[in-house]
Amino acid sequence: MADNIGNPMIRMASSAKKGALVEVRSLIMNPMTTGLAKDKAGKLIPAHFIQTVTITFNDKPLLDIDWSTAVSANPYLAFKMRAESSGTLKMAWKDNTGGHWSADSKLTVA
Amino acid sequence: MLKKTIHRRQFLGTTIATGAVATAAGMGLLKPKMAFADDVAGWPAKAFDAKVLKNAMTDALRKTSIPVSSKVKLTAPTIAENGRAVPVTIEVDSPMTADDYIASVYLFVDHNPTPLASQFTFTPACGQAYIQERIKMATTDNVRVIAKTNKGVLMASAPREVKVTIGGCGG
Repeated sequence: MADNIGNPMIRMASSAKKGALVEVRSLIMNPMTTGLAKDKAGKLIPAHFIQTVTITFNDKPLLDIDWSTAVSANPYLAFKMRAESSGTLKMAWKDNTGGHWSADSKLTVA
Repeated sequence: MLKKTIHRRQFLGTTIATGAVATAAGMGLLKPKMAFADDVAGWPAKAFDAKVLKNAMTDALRKTSIPVSSKVKLTAPTIAENGRAVPVTIEVDSPMTADDYIASVYLFVDHNPTPLASQFTFTPACGQAYIQERIKMATTDNVRVIAKTNKGVLMASAPREVKVTIGGCGG
């Protein structure tokens, strides 16, 4: 309510057959301001954006992402992973003002 | 934890608007978009700071001319309703095995204030070098993707023109 920031969400199947590709969808609130826009008073609004997304599965690196201010506000991200073993997918987002958020999602692999 | 974040942001917001800006400007360090003291460790600031495609590619890839391969697929709308949120889908054809996989993917928007829009580092466990995200485009422009295999082979998608009616970079 107060500040529309954070609140990460992961959407992923909870189970998959071994070897299957699982699509993961994520969303997090962040203004992703570029630092180029001005407010009503004509002052530059400072850049405030998520710079890194670190994704692991069972604590092993899966996907690492570096973002610029060119990524849209409240960034949506979808990626895939191969279902090899059961475990936990973890996502961690960090922005350039020291903000950090994480979320996880469990996968059972048959 | 949410409360702490809010307070911190408000604090930072005020500081930046007054003291920090004055100091930074005085030192000639003021760069509206990048070089924040709080840059996340390991974030490739130099590549993201480049303002021209050629430099962004040089910083990220050390090359400016990369062969186009049909293996690198980039899907983006022909016309973007909203330059602030242009959906892009990246798919790179690759076995994604430990011996042969896509290690990195770079997404560029030719004439954006920062041409390098995103950088992705994959592992074979991804199963597919696939990404969907939304980007801002300042104007009608080309979007392009470059993939690098674990062996260092570079391949590019064909550039894809997206027509943008209202630019999304906040200018």
